[in-house]
Amino acid sequence: MSFLSSLADRDRVFDFLVPATSPVDVRHGPILYLEDVTVTFDGFRALDSLNLTIDDGELRCIIGPNGAGKTTMMDIITGKTRPDSGSVWFGSRHNLLAMNEPDIASLGIGRKFQKPTVFEALSVFENLELAMAADKRILPTLTARMSGESRDRIEEVLETIGLIELRHDPAGILSHGQKQWLEIGMLLMQRPRLLLVDEPVAGMTEQEMERTAELLTGLAGKGKQSVVVVEHDMGFVRSIARTVTVLHQGSVLAEGSMDQVASDPKVIEVYLGADPAEEVA
Amino acid sequence: MWLSRPFRERSTQLFLGVLLAALAAVTFLNLALPADNPFHVSTYTVTLLGKYLSYALLAVAVDLVWGYLGILSLGHGAFFALGGYAMGMYLMRQIGDRGTYGDPVLPDFMVFLDWDSLPWYWLGFDMPWFAFLMVILAPGLLALVFGFLAFRSRVTGVYLSIITQAMTFALMLAFFRNEMGFGGNNGLTDFRELLSFDLRSDATRLGLFIATGIALALGYVICRAIVASKLGRVSVATRDAEARTRFLGYRVERFQLFVFVVSAMLAGVAGALYVPQVGIINPSEFSPIFSIEVVLWVALGGRGTLYGAVIGAILVNYAKTVFTGVMPDAWLFALGGLFVLVTVFLPKGIAGLLGYRFRGHRFKGRHSKRRSSAPDTSTSDTSTSGTREATA
Amino acid sequence: MRMIRCFVPGLLLCLLIGLVPFAQAQNDDAAGQALLEALAVSSYEAKGEAIESIITSGDERSRRWLDELLDGKLQRHKDTGRFVIVLENRGRNWPVIDALSFEEAGEMSRRDLDRIGINNALRGQLQSALAVLDLYTDDVDDRRDAARELLGSVDAAMVEPLRELIGSEDDAEVRRLLEQGLAIHRLNEGDIEAIAELEGSLNSRVRAALNSATQSDDPLVADAASAALLDIEQKLRINSGLETLYFGLSLGSVLVLAAIGLAITFGVMGVINMAHGELIMLGAYTTWGMQQLLPGQPGLSLVLAIPAGFAVAALAGIAIERGVIQFLKGRPLETLLATFGVSLILQQLVRTVISPLNRTVVSPEWMSGSLMINEGLSLTLNRLFVLGFALVVFACLMLVMRRTRLGLEVRAVTQNRAMARAMGIRATRVDIMTFALGSGVAGLAGVALSQLTNVGPNLGQNYIIDSFMVVVFGGVGNLWGTLVAGLSLGVINQVLEPWVGAVLAKIVVLVFIILFIQKRPRGLFPQKGRAAEG
Repeated sequence: MSFLSSLADRDRVFDFLVPATSPVDVRHGPILYLEDVTVTFDGFRALDSLNLTIDDGELRCIIGPNGAGKTTMMDIITGKTRPDSGSVWFGSRHNLLAMNEPDIASLGIGRKFQKPTVFEALSVFENLELAMAADKRILPTLTARMSGESRDRIEEVLETIGLIELRHDPAGILSHGQKQWLEIGMLLMQRPRLLLVDEPVAGMTEQEMERTAELLTGLAGKGKQSVVVVEHDMGFVRSIARTVTVLHQGSVLAEGSMDQVASDPKVIEVYLGADPAEEVA
Repeated sequence: MWLSRPFRERSTQLFLGVLLAALAAVTFLNLALPADNPFHVSTYTVTLLGKYLSYALLAVAVDLVWGYLGILSLGHGAFFALGGYAMGMYLMRQIGDRGTYGDPVLPDFMVFLDWDSLPWYWLGFDMPWFAFLMVILAPGLLALVFGFLAFRSRVTGVYLSIITQAMTFALMLAFFRNEMGFGGNNGLTDFRELLSFDLRSDATRLGLFIATGIALALGYVICRAIVASKLGRVSVATRDAEARTRFLGYRVERFQLFVFVVSAMLAGVAGALYVPQVGIINPSEFSPIFSIEVVLWVALGGRGTLYGAVIGAILVNYAKTVFTGVMPDAWLFALGGLFVLVTVFLPKGIAGLLGYRFRGHRFKGRHSKRRSSAPDTSTSDTSTSGTREATA
Repeated sequence: MRMIRCFVPGLLLCLLIGLVPFAQAQNDDAAGQALLEALAVSSYEAKGEAIESIITSGDERSRRWLDELLDGKLQRHKDTGRFVIVLENRGRNWPVIDALSFEEAGEMSRRDLDRIGINNALRGQLQSALAVLDLYTDDVDDRRDAARELLGSVDAAMVEPLRELIGSEDDAEVRRLLEQGLAIHRLNEGDIEAIAELEGSLNSRVRAALNSATQSDDPLVADAASAALLDIEQKLRINSGLETLYFGLSLGSVLVLAAIGLAITFGVMGVINMAHGELIMLGAYTTWGMQQLLPGQPGLSLVLAIPAGFAVAALAGIAIERGVIQFLKGRPLETLLATFGVSLILQQLVRTVISPLNRTVVSPEWMSGSLMINEGLSLTLNRLFVLGFALVVFACLMLVMRRTRLGLEVRAVTQNRAMARAMGIRATRVDIMTFALGSGVAGLAGVALSQLTNVGPNLGQNYIIDSFMVVVFGGVGNLWGTLVAGLSLGVINQVLEPWVGAVLAKIVVLVFIILFIQKRPRGLFPQKGRAAEG
């Protein structure tokens, strides 16, 4: 548990906790700003004039039943899906709707997928190497050589995610939980300003969940990185959440602290008296 | 230097060793032994082997995009043929006034069609440097335009395969037309000399064989260097999880385009070496069936290994030579059966049988290196690119 | 020569109407021999005169002589000077009949016979002479053809007899044509009224007459003729537009038939079947085989070939699915390669077992010929049938997919395989059925294609790329898209063809689709939603 002990040591700031210098302008408060975003798939409204604001350095949990639009929201922010209407701003300077995925990623938005997506044919080490913040144009990539410094950073992250022993094994052989950690590790290598984390603890043991919780709170705690977590596991949400947003049918149903949200009658109705048909959708 | 990286790999050393030894052996057996010696390799066989080697280079090019980038191109025959046509045009111009009609400038088929001057796109092909440049540029340009359009709009998977097939099919139809000015049905043939070496002489044929072998070695090293670089790892990442690679900040379409164009250029070189040895280039090289056959060579040898492509190309073509000589009707049955058997029972090809698991040997290599005292050679020095990474 | 040409039919008409009474009973052999003898000269001008005298002779045999002369069958024995009619000019010795008695005269060596040659001018003269003769036959169609033949060759001598003939003619069409013939004559004389009668006719001779009238010295006539011509040309343009559309739709219907089976296997199941073209080929060969089984009954065998072709291709499809594709689930590129191998094997199998040569499938009578819309536009029946057949097949498939249990299960398995299985759908069975359906439809395409082209081992290969293009262009997984894409690609191809030629048109269409896919990677009618992403 070297990671836990190092967390206790507050004098030292991890490399990966220092965000990359990003041109994002957060002087006016929010780092992410979604306004009136609507997406329809074949008549089905996945997002229905969604409004959401994430402050700089905030750790936000987003919950909601299946089909509430959580994953679609992440697709919109990372440029995978284009909304029918609405606007999405990163800081006050960058209109995310005008950019593609790689641009958005290099701007400092990292994403962990719901289903852990790592490069299975590559080794754990190489997965992290690819994620590392670097010049990602073609020729620099072709001629890239790994510096000792980079190697140290990768080793550091390997240590953090507990995969140091497996670093030369192909990522395909990792267990589900280990893949989750590897993906979190890749996020750390990117050193983003904003982390979008989709179901980070699915398939993890209690102990692993604890470590994840501490890592995520540690990331956002310094007020330097903002983290958005989408999660189903209420226990986990309760353990890390400061502010919780409840999505339902593509728009915000409630927002506030975990206790506030949990006692909201509308939320209770959605979670307890949910129409079974919606669960399937 | 990134190009030197492959030479430190065991597999590349082995491949180059075997290839160069084979080249030397064939040369020796052809030159030093008298014709009646049972071990003598006839010039006919040398040319045949040269043809196999040019096919092998084409297969390596296909494996680069299919094995490492996940793009199944069913149109690589088009790049091969374009390279071949560029070379063919040069060879046509070298015929000069020795053609049937004796026209000093116009090739025979143009005289036959009553053309009175050379079309503009034939200009310059009398100069070898220009022609050899076009061998690389023509397929490269086609790949650049086609790939730019396709990758930009994220056409991948079977869609891409189908439209690459449509591309080569359209080109085949076009080259069949006499009006295109490439000899129509008959293509370009009756070549005489290359760089003023007589194409019919034994020495030239042996020289072409050796040149093809060296081109294959170089092409292999280039592909290997790309694959072993970080760019190669980005390619593999793209192959396995394209969206994920985008979210890491890589402009996937540019990487795809780069590798695709390099591969097309290699295919063009292969075509250019093929033409003087076979003595003809015609539109059938554009036919979709040829391109898909190339994919079979790679699949049989084992995709994603590069050397597997070489093995597959040589094996299948050797089998073809034998079969079409002994029982020509059975060849298509054999070829068709091979397609089915390889995909169903041998998805990793011969390379997989040899025990090299998918990229497995690479991991083994890493482990052994780790056990030795020094850290990974590629990390010990802090090059400029390394520092850039660190400060980025 | 032209003088003669105009002159002869007029004379003939007078004769036939009975204005020239001396023409009876001259059937004796000496006179006949003399008439024919006059033909055996080298000068074409002299031959023309000889033809003229044959016609005016009133000899009852002249009709047959002229016919055989036109066919080149009227020949003269070199040594004896005897005239014979060759019955069959194959081999070394030809069976002949005597040209005077029309009795059999055994065989003659072809070396001993001299053909009486004619040139094009004489041929025209003969044709209009024969047409005049035909105006008196009992068969309506022959009379119509004869009247059509006379357009533009009516001369002054013919006017009166033709008027009388019109009076006694029952068929309106023949009357109309004769009137037009007279009108052309009047127009040539400078009669402006005649133009009104010619307006709107699409006959090329009428147009030729109007065309020459535009050069008339009388400006009024010239203007009126130009106006009428403009009108006709307008009509012709519409006609040729309709014709292009028809050919386009016809080609499109073939594409739809070829692609619709693929739309099911590729679009719905996601299976790339490169052997699809060979399934089409199997359907076509089934039609051929059926005809071999039922010789002399092309209609019946064609009707029976429809279920048989479906069954054969469907069974082959099941064999491919069970034998190859089921082992390659979720590996589309490998499926593509393996099925390509199957296609090579099937092709070679047909080459070895049947023949590498093309086979001809006979069309039943009710499918040959054409449907005449007007004089400028006729639709070939076989293409019309194929077009209708394609639409029927499409409608049936729509019904199967939308209204039957199988269709429901197919859609369920497509959308969520695991869930469908959990609900008790046997996914493997659905796979087999779907593939059999798609393959069977390919067989139907083959049956239809056998009516349009020759049946050969390469038949399928020619359609596989086109079929994929249609499916991709229309939007994968969308049957309507396939229909629209197939028909519109057919029409585009036909519209381009007159401008750039057939091959280039095909290239242009291919390039167009390649570019189109860049713009809209999911085709004309894309599927939306999360399922379609990534």
